[in-house]
Amino acid sequence: MNIFRSKTFAHGIHPPESKDDTSGLPIRQFPFAPSLVVPLSQHIGKPAVAVVREGQEVTRGQCIAKHDGFVSVAMHAPASGIVCHIGLTPSITGKMVPGIFIEPFPASTQEIMEGAACDASTADSEEIVAAVQQAGVVGLGGAGFPTHAKLRIPEGKFVDTLVINGAECEPYLTTDHRVMLEHSVDVMAGIPYLMKATGATRTIIAVEANKPDAAETLRATIPDGSGIELEVLPVKYPQGAEKLLITALLDREIPSGGLPLDVHALCVNVATTAEIGQLLPHGKGIQERVITVGGPAVKNKGNYRIQIGTPLRFVLETVGVEDDITRVFLGGPMMGQAVSSLDIPITKGTTGVIAFTTRETGFRDGHPQYPCIRCGYCVDACPIFLNPSQLGLLAEQDHYRRMVDDFHLMDCFECGCCTFVCPSHIPLVQQFRIAKAAVRKMKVTA
Amino acid sequence: MVRWTKTLEIRSSPHIAGGKSVNAIMFNVVLALLPVTAFAVYAFGLAALITLGTAVTSCLVTEHLLCRLTGRNSSVGDWSVVVTGLLYGLTLPPGLAVWMVAVGGVMAVGLGKFLFGGLGYNPFNPALVGRALLQAAFPVAMTTWPTMPVDRFTQLPSSTLAWPFTKPVYDSISGATPLAGWKFDRVMTEPTDLLLGYVSGSTGETCALLILLGGVYLVMRKIMSWRIPVTIFLTVALCSGLLQLIDPAKYAGPLFMLFSGGLMLGAVFMATDMVASPMTHLGCELYGVLIGLLVVVIRVWGGMPEGVMYAILLGNAVSPHIDNWIQPRVYGTKKRRQTP
Ligand code: SF4
Ligand code: SF4
Repeated sequence: MNIFRSKTFAHGIHPPESKDDTSGLPIRQFPFAPSLVVPLSQHIGKPAVAVVREGQEVTRGQCIAKHDGFVSVAMHAPASGIVCHIGLTPSITGKMVPGIFIEPFPASTQEIMEGAACDASTADSEEIVAAVQQAGVVGLGGAGFPTHAKLRIPEGKFVDTLVINGAECEPYLTTDHRVMLEHSVDVMAGIPYLMKATGATRTIIAVEANKPDAAETLRATIPDGSGIELEVLPVKYPQGAEKLLITALLDREIPSGGLPLDVHALCVNVATTAEIGQLLPHGKGIQERVITVGGPAVKNKGNYRIQIGTPLRFVLETVGVEDDITRVFLGGPMMGQAVSSLDIPITKGTTGVIAFTTRETGFRDGHPQYPCIRCGYCVDACPIFLNPSQLGLLAEQDHYRRMVDDFHLMDCFECGCCTFVCPSHIPLVQQFRIAKAAVRKMKVTA
Repeated sequence: MVRWTKTLEIRSSPHIAGGKSVNAIMFNVVLALLPVTAFAVYAFGLAALITLGTAVTSCLVTEHLLCRLTGRNSSVGDWSVVVTGLLYGLTLPPGLAVWMVAVGGVMAVGLGKFLFGGLGYNPFNPALVGRALLQAAFPVAMTTWPTMPVDRFTQLPSSTLAWPFTKPVYDSISGATPLAGWKFDRVMTEPTDLLLGYVSGSTGETCALLILLGGVYLVMRKIMSWRIPVTIFLTVALCSGLLQLIDPAKYAGPLFMLFSGGLMLGAVFMATDMVASPMTHLGCELYGVLIGLLVVVIRVWGGMPEGVMYAILLGNAVSPHIDNWIQPRVYGTKKRRQTP
């Protein structure tokens, strides 16, 4: 291997990490909200189908909705209680989506119900894929793609390397960090399932250099002769994007519009891996997840294990917020989505709840937007090597088709690097989102 | 539970923004120009002070008035006009009549910047546009260079205060610039004098050392691309080196070429104008090579001793084409994008 090639990808940015507030705080259990709502669609693909009725009592961990087709996963009761209602609930997209409302029993011990165990050493790959689907596992890194669908390798393709993504490059987020520290054993337990299901012979756990304690802990738990390696990467955003992570580690470039599978690699988030290692041996399903609740507007910042379906309002009221809170978003500040309603629930894909005050958000608002001064900073920052400046100019003139045909708009994954560096404060990502939506609409109507 | 009544704003990600704003960039350029400006005042005294002051003021006033006239918010506060004004002033010969300086300032902002739509839309460096127009209008005044008189801090050259539309009278015999000396009289100037600025020339172009200092500062603050000045220097050095090898008696060497005339100021502060230079690395390098070649060609074979200004303006003109032609190779695609 060339020792002069530092293991990272080209371009990218270095936003302030802002992780110190929560990276040292151990994971703590969050209280149960008086009412939980489990949306039937927390993943990409078809929504799950409810298998409980209103008024029915459920046990924590019980399957309350089953998958519908292959690209779909099951849902489990986040608490023992009663199904009080099945109906619409607000979601992060602003649309109302169907969900199951559960009122936990206040006196319950909240024991988790177990199901049919799946043993990594005896199960075959089909059984593992089915078990992962039944456990309701989706990409916990935020994408929400059903994990089992990635694990089933289509006929004629193969995977030689499995990448466990512990980069966590988004500022403020420390959930993966804490999971790697406190659940390294679960991570190691999860990897054999993934390797067996995909047939990968080599596994690389990728951790960014700002989490040396996590890297050390993981390194110490790697079993001998397991084919698992650990790689510490220089800190850079957006290293956690799977395409770029694979390029950084393996120097393979995923073709435009393609999947990691096309270069014989597969990338799974580290928290997802830990979840698989924890759930499958007991046949359990996901009922909670670790979430960083932080940002300057939050009083009791921390890494909390929160029940799926906990309303955001309950989360923020429990931790307490500053009076000048102005913005709340799910995920990190680079790619997270601002919330429009505090009634939306925590879902499997929620990595963080970050709240800002006027001070943090003031930066861009206080400055007027200038025309593009052609500084080229965005061109230097875009990890996909697009030309955001050109795209921005075209977007202003509504030349959406040219953006797609000549400037690869659809390869943009909205990482936000370009908007972050733009000295003219042009909302490039927002323009690209609007353009993409318009183009998709054109395709549908055409 | 307390009822929570807060208005939350919804905005598109990213929710944080990085370091520099347009203001900050332009302010840093002004900072980088300060040593050069200070030396100009030291070297040419009151005359330089008045030239620079008039240049900056005329640019600012023009920008403000034009903004008012076109019903926009005044953009005087964003420092970009100060940069234009300073750069423009630094390219003028000290002792140029005040009214000429003002006319050029108005043209720099009015024709070089505003006509094209203001900041971000100017295809040429506005300061150079102003200077080029002045050069065309007053060729004699623009090539009359005073030396450094001892009484420069107490006395003004009479040419400075010439009435509008009268011909300025020069009281001291002007010194030839090193480039003109070389071109027309075959007189060589010592490279150390060039480096330290003890020669005659435009207000701000004489001290190469301080210009480089400003450039290094901007590169370190990641505001300026080092590729443009460095490729210009390399090209000029290489070409003049080759020419000198061919005929040492006829052609000046690389050191002289690099440190004389407006090359330093032009390469470091003018050619790097963000708006009028390419965006990609390769594009910047091509642009630098092109300007370097043009400088040598104009200086050696052209009718004028100085060619940096025209070389940069030509470079500005091709810059959008370079950008169009050189697009980065998009991740996951095989070829560079083809311009349809
Ligand atoms: S948001 Fe899109 S265009 Fe901007 S840097 Fe990221 S990938 Fe490139
Ligand atoms: S960063 Fe902003 S101002 Fe600079 S080139 Fe890109 S879009 Fe234009």
